[in-house]
Amino acid sequence: MSKRIDVKDLNVYYGDFLAVEDVTINIEAKSVTAFIGPSGCGKSTFLRTLNRMHEVLPGARVEGEVLLDGDNLYGPGVDPVTVRSQIGMVFQRPNPFPTMSIRDNVLAGVKLNNKKISKGEADVLVERSLKGANLWNEVKDRLDKPGSGLSGGQQQRLCIARAIAVEPQVILMDEPCSALDPISTLAIEDLINELKDQYTVVIVTHNMQQAARVSNRTAFFNIAGTGKPGKLIEIGDTHTIFSNPTQKATEDYVSGRFG
Amino acid sequence: MTATSLTSTQGAGRAGDKIFSGAALAAGCLILAVLFGVALFLVVQAIPALTAPAADIQGGKGFFAYIWPIVIGTLIAAVIALVIATPVAIGVALFISHFAPRGLASGLGYVVDLLAAIPSVIYGAWGAAFLAKEISPAYNWLAENMGWLPIFQGPASATGKTILTAGIVLSVMVLPIITSLSREIFLQTPKLHEEAALALGATRWEMIKMSVLPFARPGIISAIMLGLGRALGETMAVALVLSSGALTASLIQSGNQTIAAEIALNFPEASGLKVSTLIAAGLVLFIITLAVNMIARWIITRHKEFSGAN
Repeated sequence: MSKRIDVKDLNVYYGDFLAVEDVTINIEAKSVTAFIGPSGCGKSTFLRTLNRMHEVLPGARVEGEVLLDGDNLYGPGVDPVTVRSQIGMVFQRPNPFPTMSIRDNVLAGVKLNNKKISKGEADVLVERSLKGANLWNEVKDRLDKPGSGLSGGQQQRLCIARAIAVEPQVILMDEPCSALDPISTLAIEDLINELKDQYTVVIVTHNMQQAARVSNRTAFFNIAGTGKPGKLIEIGDTHTIFSNPTQKATEDYVSGRFG
Repeated sequence: MTATSLTSTQGAGRAGDKIFSGAALAAGCLILAVLFGVALFLVVQAIPALTAPAADIQGGKGFFAYIWPIVIGTLIAAVIALVIATPVAIGVALFISHFAPRGLASGLGYVVDLLAAIPSVIYGAWGAAFLAKEISPAYNWLAENMGWLPIFQGPASATGKTILTAGIVLSVMVLPIITSLSREIFLQTPKLHEEAALALGATRWEMIKMSVLPFARPGIISAIMLGLGRALGETMAVALVLSSGALTASLIQSGNQTIAAEIALNFPEASGLKVSTLIAAGLVLFIITLAVNMIARWIITRHKEFSGAN
């Protein structure tokens, strides 16, 4: 239930503005890959190209290939809706649907495309997904209450439950802990550790300690200056990137000398 | 102690504050005074009609017997207008906010807003001179094929000047109100919620069902209420389009009347108790529209709690 992603020569544009230039990267299945780098270096933008969420913005487009186990996501005839149902996403701010109950939030993706699901199956799926997101014990007595009534950390885990309920191949996380307190952050990080047994996880983070704690491999993105495109500087085992990077820029960044 | 320096506030800013708050207070009070004055005028002028012996009121059966058919007529016309206008308005608003290319969207929004700028007498003339004539074959068809429904009972009006025609004209008039308010609400849907739906693999329509419509529902309801207020009070268009008469269930025969048109048509030649009766009818309309607007406001304030991306 997890696939690898291979990106070849990807350029990402907002209109005519080249935001991320010429990224070639391999993301291993059943592992956690972290993207780090200074603000504005294009790591979130690049992440959003991996499930075709980038093109939701007017004028946004990409050139190049993103291969999910060899199938090009940007190939002719590929439906972005199908891509997104296979590659789930968790956002920077928790975004459960405010008018839906906790249960309906978990089932939201499953009920799409007019899929019918019996009540019994739905109950099993809700429990399994919430357990998978380490949230079951906290909400099992109030599944019919609105999701927006939970704490920020609980809401974020609800969003993760919602994402894994559709059984995606890959889960993308765009700074999932940046709006959370340290204890909620810890809960999410523990969860990421468990998720990698089943899923390919890609996480964007500003927090280098977090990248060091949760990821198997780390990619460092950088930007030469304002208005210049972001670039992938290097990718390697997390341990190597933080202890013995090949590039000077990476070493400066991870050692805190800039950024 | 620093208390003295804190309490002795002086300077020009203070005076400006006082003048502004006084002006704002006066403006607020003026609105209340106008509203109260109108209400008082209506009540005082209506009292003779409300207390007069039943036989003296037009129709000879008292004020209640006079007013209820035209209250029902008013509500029928308004409901027809809303039934037609609401789905169209929501569709147009969704098209502008989520489907149309940006250039087309702003142009279309502008055109819809222009509809609101057309004077109601023009709509009335268009409805009476053009729409009524063109639509009467359709009424004949309805009478023949769906006549078993009381609302489409024949024979259809030969002129087409029916409450249904009036309702259709009203629907065009309330369309811009509902459209522009709905569009604003749709555009306010948090991007976060739209992206949440899209990232789960929702199509554009599913995204709208999951995030835009639930977010906008209270706003749509208040937009409909404001449209209803306009439809209830609209005078000129109905007066010109509708060939009025007694209350009838059939929408495609001539007959029925609305309060506003009743007042407009009869007021110039009325005198004495008749004036009182019409003003009392106006009081009833005032109460209905006030209630509608208060419900709309209530829904809008209730909406505020949900408007944030909580």
